[in-house]
Amino acid sequence: MTVRDFQEAFDEKIDKEIAIEPRDWMPDNYRKTLIRQISQHAHSEIVGMLPEGNWITRAPSLRRKAVLLAKVQDEAGHGLYLYSAAETLGISRDEMYDQLHSGKAKYSSIFNYPTTTWADMGAIGWLVDGAAIMNQVALCRTSYGPYARAMVRICKEESFHQRQGFEILLQMSKGTEIQRRMVQDAIDRWWWPSLMMFGPSDDNSPNTAQSMRWRVKRFTNDELRQRFVDVTVEQCKILGMTLPDPELKWNEEKGHYDFGAINWEEFWNVVNGNGPCNKERLEARAKAWENGKWVRDAAFAYSEKRKERSGSKDSKAA
Amino acid sequence: MKNQILYTLQLSDNALIYGHRLSEWCGHGPILEQDIALTNISLDYLGQARSFYQHAANLFNALPQAEKQGMFLSVALEEKIKKGESIDEDDLAYLRDGWDFRNLLITEQPNGDWATTIARAFYFDTFNYLFYTQLKKSTDLQLAAVAEKSLKEVTYHKRWSAEWVIRLGDGTNESHVKMQTALNDLWPFTGEMFRMTDAEKDMAGNAGVDTAALYDLWLQEVAAVVDEATLKMPEGAWMQDGGKNGRHSEHLGYILAELQFIQRAYPGMEW
Repeated sequence: MTVRDFQEAFDEKIDKEIAIEPRDWMPDNYRKTLIRQISQHAHSEIVGMLPEGNWITRAPSLRRKAVLLAKVQDEAGHGLYLYSAAETLGISRDEMYDQLHSGKAKYSSIFNYPTTTWADMGAIGWLVDGAAIMNQVALCRTSYGPYARAMVRICKEESFHQRQGFEILLQMSKGTEIQRRMVQDAIDRWWWPSLMMFGPSDDNSPNTAQSMRWRVKRFTNDELRQRFVDVTVEQCKILGMTLPDPELKWNEEKGHYDFGAINWEEFWNVVNGNGPCNKERLEARAKAWENGKWVRDAAFAYSEKRKERSGSKDSKAA
Repeated sequence: MKNQILYTLQLSDNALIYGHRLSEWCGHGPILEQDIALTNISLDYLGQARSFYQHAANLFNALPQAEKQGMFLSVALEEKIKKGESIDEDDLAYLRDGWDFRNLLITEQPNGDWATTIARAFYFDTFNYLFYTQLKKSTDLQLAAVAEKSLKEVTYHKRWSAEWVIRLGDGTNESHVKMQTALNDLWPFTGEMFRMTDAEKDMAGNAGVDTAALYDLWLQEVAAVVDEATLKMPEGAWMQDGGKNGRHSEHLGYILAELQFIQRAYPGMEW
């Protein structure tokens, strides 16, 4: 078979919605795009542990503490599935970590914002996980098999997280005036960055067309963003809070909410390292990795010794 | 009854403070899989803490009013008690100050590096395994039930920490030195586990455990693992104590400052 035959077989699978599996032939760019996207997604889970981890030791009740800890642990688990999915494409976890620590690989910019009050644990669950779910539900049918299967597991847990986040805010919104202010303040800070999570608008997203063709992506950034706005506005009414956008209003004709312009200058600045916590987040990850080197070396040395010992036992037995 | 409450609090405080310490690792572990494992252990201890606190709160709420007053040095708790309000698990965790906490000093020691965390876990898990094996037989059915559930968890914790002691001890030269140092540094905090308080002595034999009697077995188990890890048993007979009677290291104050921040800054609210 020639490359062209392979390409045709690949295209046919994509068109027929047959999942691409690790051992199948795939175009180089498809592989590269997926490695970039899946590793970016994995890094987002791992870096995403930090802003919420910031409140584990200060959670306001034992139940909240346990739930938050379990949630952040889930994120670590998601990172693990995703790194494993990316590894099927021929890149190692260590290489991906290197790319993260050197700044070559990106992660979701939302995690470069600080978590300053307990209400942020609610807002992250409700808005940030809510926005992530919009993306991730679509990815459960992405064309690359291992990625799609990882997403199915992740989505189940994420929707649970989103409900937990909303429940934190709901509880607080039924509480005292100061708690309601805390909730509104969190919504004010997280709303716009959440909308930015869907990425640049379609006319500024050069990779979208190809990704849609490969069925890596199923919906455009703007389609998913609109869907998120439509459901979130309704949920916000239950909390009795307002979203910080004076232009937000129902458009009867379109059957959607109109919303104001996103500050793309802020978005690109945060992507490129100027967010309030970019430096701290990367430093925390790099520090954990560097401080852990001797531990990983020891674990490796020990497993090698064990192999050697059982090998010499085997040879004696023989 | 008072001793039963103090005894139960000792167990809940151990589990909370230790679980809290482990939770500080979340997101910063040396290996992603171990980050997850450590968080699991932390969650197990938090669960144990909650069960014990709930039991302690129930016992406390059943006391006659006169006996309730003065049991704690906490101003916030004392106010609740004066108003005739009942208390719950969160009141016990969030409204008492350090001198009301009865956890072992070893549980409040800082995480340090991975070897320090492992050494602390290893000493404490090995003890807890033996302890819960006995507490399971308690005449206090609540304590017995929590012990039975916890024993399953601690059986895993003990294996996990012992495996790490061996891996680090018998890993590289660097890890060997670090593991030995950590075992030595935490050694003076192990004696307190077996030195019984009045509440413990009062409870031993029926609802509680004679922890002094666990020492030989504990030492034997620890020594076996240390030997397999190619390490040496720490020497030194002087032991720190005080935690179980409310006399703590400087570390506990900072743990509580963080742990209790919201409840202290925004008192009386539901979260």
